[in-house]
Amino acid sequence: MAAKDTKPAVETVTVKVDGRPVEVPRMTPNWEGKPEPTTVLQACKQAGIEIPHYCYHPKLPVSGNCRMCLVHVAMPGRPGPDGKPPMNEDGTPKVFPMQLPYEPQTPRGVIGCATGIIPGMEIYASSPETKEMREAVMESLLINHPLDCPICDQAGECKLQEYSYDHGQAESGFQEFKVHKPKAIDLGPRITLDAERCVLCTRCIRFTKDIAGDDALGIVNRGSYNAISTYPGEAFDNNYTLNTVDICPVGALTSNDFRFQMRVWFLKETKSLCTGCGTGCNTTIGSRENKMYRYEPRQNDAVNIDWMCDSGRLDYKWIGREDRLAKLKGPKGVSAWPSALKAISDHLAAAEKGSVAIVASARQTNEELFLLSRLAKHLGAATDSVTRKGKADHLLLVEDRNCNTTGAQLTGITTKRVGSKLTSIAKEISAGKVKTLIVFGEDVTKHGIDAKLLKKVTLIVSDILPNATTKAADYLLPGCAHAEKRGTFTNVKGRVQKFMKALEPPGDALPEWEVLHELAHNVTGLDEFRSIEGLFNCMADEVKAFKDAGLTWAGLGDQGADVKF
Amino acid sequence: MKVERAKLSWLERLYIPSILNGFKVTMRHFFSWKRSGVYADKQSDFAAKTTMQYPEEKWPVPTGYRGAPYLVKDVDDNTKCVSCQLCEFVCPPKAIRITPPGQSGEVDREGAEKMPKEFEINMLRCIYCGFCQEVCPEEAIFLLKDYAITGESREELIYDKEKLLSLGGADERAYDHHVQDGVDEGIKKWEKKTEDAKNQPAFH
Repeated sequence: MAAKDTKPAVETVTVKVDGRPVEVPRMTPNWEGKPEPTTVLQACKQAGIEIPHYCYHPKLPVSGNCRMCLVHVAMPGRPGPDGKPPMNEDGTPKVFPMQLPYEPQTPRGVIGCATGIIPGMEIYASSPETKEMREAVMESLLINHPLDCPICDQAGECKLQEYSYDHGQAESGFQEFKVHKPKAIDLGPRITLDAERCVLCTRCIRFTKDIAGDDALGIVNRGSYNAISTYPGEAFDNNYTLNTVDICPVGALTSNDFRFQMRVWFLKETKSLCTGCGTGCNTTIGSRENKMYRYEPRQNDAVNIDWMCDSGRLDYKWIGREDRLAKLKGPKGVSAWPSALKAISDHLAAAEKGSVAIVASARQTNEELFLLSRLAKHLGAATDSVTRKGKADHLLLVEDRNCNTTGAQLTGITTKRVGSKLTSIAKEISAGKVKTLIVFGEDVTKHGIDAKLLKKVTLIVSDILPNATTKAADYLLPGCAHAEKRGTFTNVKGRVQKFMKALEPPGDALPEWEVLHELAHNVTGLDEFRSIEGLFNCMADEVKAFKDAGLTWAGLGDQGADVKF
Repeated sequence: MKVERAKLSWLERLYIPSILNGFKVTMRHFFSWKRSGVYADKQSDFAAKTTMQYPEEKWPVPTGYRGAPYLVKDVDDNTKCVSCQLCEFVCPPKAIRITPPGQSGEVDREGAEKMPKEFEINMLRCIYCGFCQEVCPEEAIFLLKDYAITGESREELIYDKEKLLSLGGADERAYDHHVQDGVDEGIKKWEKKTEDAKNQPAFH
């Protein structure tokens, strides 16, 4: 084999897809990552041909019940008594197209998702026979499907809609009344089921049983009356239910949160991250006209595979809250960014060494924390952050509810024991040693620095939502939610991932990194970059863990990169 | 290019016959008002008035005219629009703005699942292209015959759901169309759906 020693040789099999020989690996990782024989569907995918499917999902066990991936194939013959396979007259191996045993003139299909390939197999992925099979399956799936598309939330991202354009017919051969199943069933606190629209692919059943570990769903009744259901009286309420809405190929399972909110074709999709806990699930933000409508998980096999938890998914409403801080506030004469930044810079530049303390948030980006640590180093300031804990679960949710604790540790804002320095900062304030307190994104009155102490210092606060600390602020700098700026987070396992800007911030609010960059420039003379890309690369050059991993903004890509710490 | 002037004859140079010819054409037009469809309603009385007293008098709007888009109701006086937002999507000047209903669906009758919470058409933006009528899967929006859209402010010319529904009224055209197709009851989509559901064996 020509393969280099550094790479283990992959055993390959050659099959013909639409008459074209394609070499594919003999084994492919299955939904659990264990090698399994490559299937017809996967082989076609590698050949660049998409086989339509409903029930098959790369991250779920194969069940093979929707029949949409039927393809016509031809198998090489079995070796005869002489040990040789049957040959054509021209010396090429003879293949036998599959046909019904009792009706040899009728071609027989195999389901692409569950049929392993064998050497010499021929797959007719686009032949008239395959096309006819798909049309028949499509027609049968549409027997009882209502013509609901104008109402259905799935319209626009519906597999049934897409495939009936591709493989369906305008008229149905069935004259009978459609079976009307129950609509708008309350399946759980976050899910509404429309039984009529269901194609019974069982993706949701398999997900909740095999991935979420809660065997909550099943199919009840027979024939046309088949329907998805929970056990009578039980609610479908684990913390991963909304993933079933994503994987539902039709509009049967709908999210209560997104139900009838906005048609999907209006939504602008922005790559982002979930900020609910330290996992940093990759997400896609759906927004229209500066309003965020939903989070959807984005595939990243190293972090969240294809899933995200319900609590994280629904944790976005604060971004569009009415009481968002949108007005910059300062002492008399300071009402806009230039004057505020000048006043703060002058104040910090004149501050005595050690007379400044910084409380940052482990929910800020790496870049912002890096700039804060730069400032802190110059000012000799004590820095710390605040810890946030919750209950971890078996799948994605971790104990640490700050999305960037690792970043705060790596940039030197805090230590392994997050929040341990807060008491000493409080003591130094009451002793009069600390005269200026910079707070980013935390309510310090809840963490030992109460309103009385805050009166003793010049308080510079940046936050998104109002709280007791922002009320006491001498300078209040309105900040941005992660959806309103760009930046990176480092998750609990040390994966640095970036997120993009989806929305415009309200009013005066500016991305914190821009404000901090200005301050760091005025106070410390930092002048190495103009953009977030430059800032990241500058940080990656200085922070050891990032430097060791050789990070660059461009190199992070959509999936991020791991650092060791 | 040089154009040769046609040489005028003596009679032509006299000028008067051409003027008389002109009069002849004018008079022919003047007496031909009866043939025009626009003045059809005046054919009964022989008063030879050719000036229409607009706005007191209105011209009969021909079939197929694309006037202002309004929301129509079905024969049972129910809102037909299901807030699919296709018209909003297809509208070239972005004159239509729909606020989806949210989880409740904002429905006002049994069998309906979804209706717009708010439906606005900015008549100043509308270009009367008729795309909204063409794209509507529920036959809920039609370009009717209104052509004189007036108002005293810009805000007044953004028509809301109530105004559009009351101006649109019951959809006789769609109703008639279906009657001709042999469906005697006309389109009573929701009624038919509820009826079908009642007729089927009970769902266990």
